[in-house]
Amino acid sequence: MSAAIEVTDATVRYGDVLALDAVSLSLAPGRICGLLGTNGSGKSTLFKTVLGLVPADHGSVRILGHTGATARRRGLVGYVPQSEQVDWAFPVRVRDVVMMGRYGHMGRRRRARPADREAVDHALARTRLSDLADRQIGALSGGQRKRAFVARAIAQNADVLLLDEPFAGVDKRSESHISELLLQLRQEGHTLLVSTHDLAQVPALCDEAVLLQRRVIAHGDPAEVLRPETLMEAFGIHTDGRGAAWTP
Amino acid sequence: MDALTAVTEWFTVPLGFDFVRRALLISVVAGVACAVLSCWMTLVGWSLMGDAVSHAVLPGVVLSYMFGLPFAVGALVFGAGSVALIGAVNRTSRVKEDAVIGVVFTAMFALGLVLISRVPSQTDLGHILFGNVLGVSDAAIWQVLVLAGVVLTAVWYKHRDLTLYAFDPVHAHAMGINPRLLETLLLGLLSVTVVVALQAVGIILVVAMVIIPGATAYLLTDRFERMLVISAAVAAAAAVAGVFASFHMNVSTGGLIVLAQAAAFALAYLASPRHGVLWRGRTARRIRARAATG
Repeated sequence: MSAAIEVTDATVRYGDVLALDAVSLSLAPGRICGLLGTNGSGKSTLFKTVLGLVPADHGSVRILGHTGATARRRGLVGYVPQSEQVDWAFPVRVRDVVMMGRYGHMGRRRRARPADREAVDHALARTRLSDLADRQIGALSGGQRKRAFVARAIAQNADVLLLDEPFAGVDKRSESHISELLLQLRQEGHTLLVSTHDLAQVPALCDEAVLLQRRVIAHGDPAEVLRPETLMEAFGIHTDGRGAAWTP
Repeated sequence: MDALTAVTEWFTVPLGFDFVRRALLISVVAGVACAVLSCWMTLVGWSLMGDAVSHAVLPGVVLSYMFGLPFAVGALVFGAGSVALIGAVNRTSRVKEDAVIGVVFTAMFALGLVLISRVPSQTDLGHILFGNVLGVSDAAIWQVLVLAGVVLTAVWYKHRDLTLYAFDPVHAHAMGINPRLLETLLLGLLSVTVVVALQAVGIILVVAMVIIPGATAYLLTDRFERMLVISAAVAAAAAVAGVFASFHMNVSTGGLIVLAQAAAFALAYLASPRHGVLWRGRTARRIRARAATG
């Protein structure tokens, strides 16, 4: 069986800056993998590489055994953006955003069929946004906004989901709701790569964790990866062990 | 003469003239085509690009006159060409995009000025720069109608993809929908609409037609489909008001059309029910209250 995400020896440079250094990463289907690292550790670049937005100078990406382009065309890849990357004043309703997740399933004009509307309603219900479906996307709270994009991914029904900081700027209740949703998605066989600053979430949510600092420093059981010794060794911290490097 | 008759005659007297009817047709068609496109221009943030394309078509228009081609041919070549040039220079140098745009469109415009000064007097610089909607030829009318038809058809067919591109190009890419292709389509449509609107308001004011209606509609609604309708309605009303008023006042038609659009924008800016500055405090309180309960 092919790995859900298989990154082999990927090196990415922006000009003179080495963003990813020979990163290899294999993620089995049906797992949640936490992607951990400080700002500038290459998390975003790794996401972009997996999404095919940034070409690797060296190395390759395969998704469920396919090349990136084939996987995207077949709708295998879903994506939940960071809040900062979204124009919240854009004149679309929550329902419109979730419907965009269906575009890969539609014809060239992207006209919604009954099956698409059902998928959207279902995704809205699962993310508890049914009552807010006709609101403009910016008229939601932080947690609701995140859930709207998770709903879009659910409507898309992609096998592999990339979530960029899904817990940033989210209140406690939304946080546990989002975690619960992600665990359900894994139960249904989806594979999730979740980048996060919030280390407290990792042990309960993730089956495995990757510690990234331009290269893969550790990959394995979250408890192992998050051991203070591993973190300190990785970052050369020899002081009080509180992991100051991890504050967002 | 009572007031009703006066109002009626304000409209019917000009309509008795063939050149007014033609001006109305051109202004409304061009206005609506530009207005529809302006919704995406506003959301993607391409106002400067609209300015650039409109100025860059000048040499194309002049060359068309020189070689006896339809004006749209040269304009399209130079419009699309300058967009491609901007993209190429932007990708291959460290200069930021706005600077590249500034360099390319002024250079093209300068080339147009130089060419005009070498061309015999049958081309009127004033008409190209400021429009001459009261004196358009049959050939020009047909070009405008065909090109506006092309734009509206393409938009009707692809509007959901264009909105997806404007909202989240990364998501488009992740679903295997090529954002580069959609960007090219949008830039191509911009070039065509600029050419359409040239006849109505001239090169200098074209940019208003691809910005103001969309920006006005953006202040009035939070739904994209409604934004398209409002934008088109604003542009059509401005075109009608501009043509009739210019007949009676004997002033520049293109100038009045754009002024009418600007007046609509000013009204929306001040008094839009949701986003008007007059009630900004009230709206902010309501949004906070909604978010808190949500």
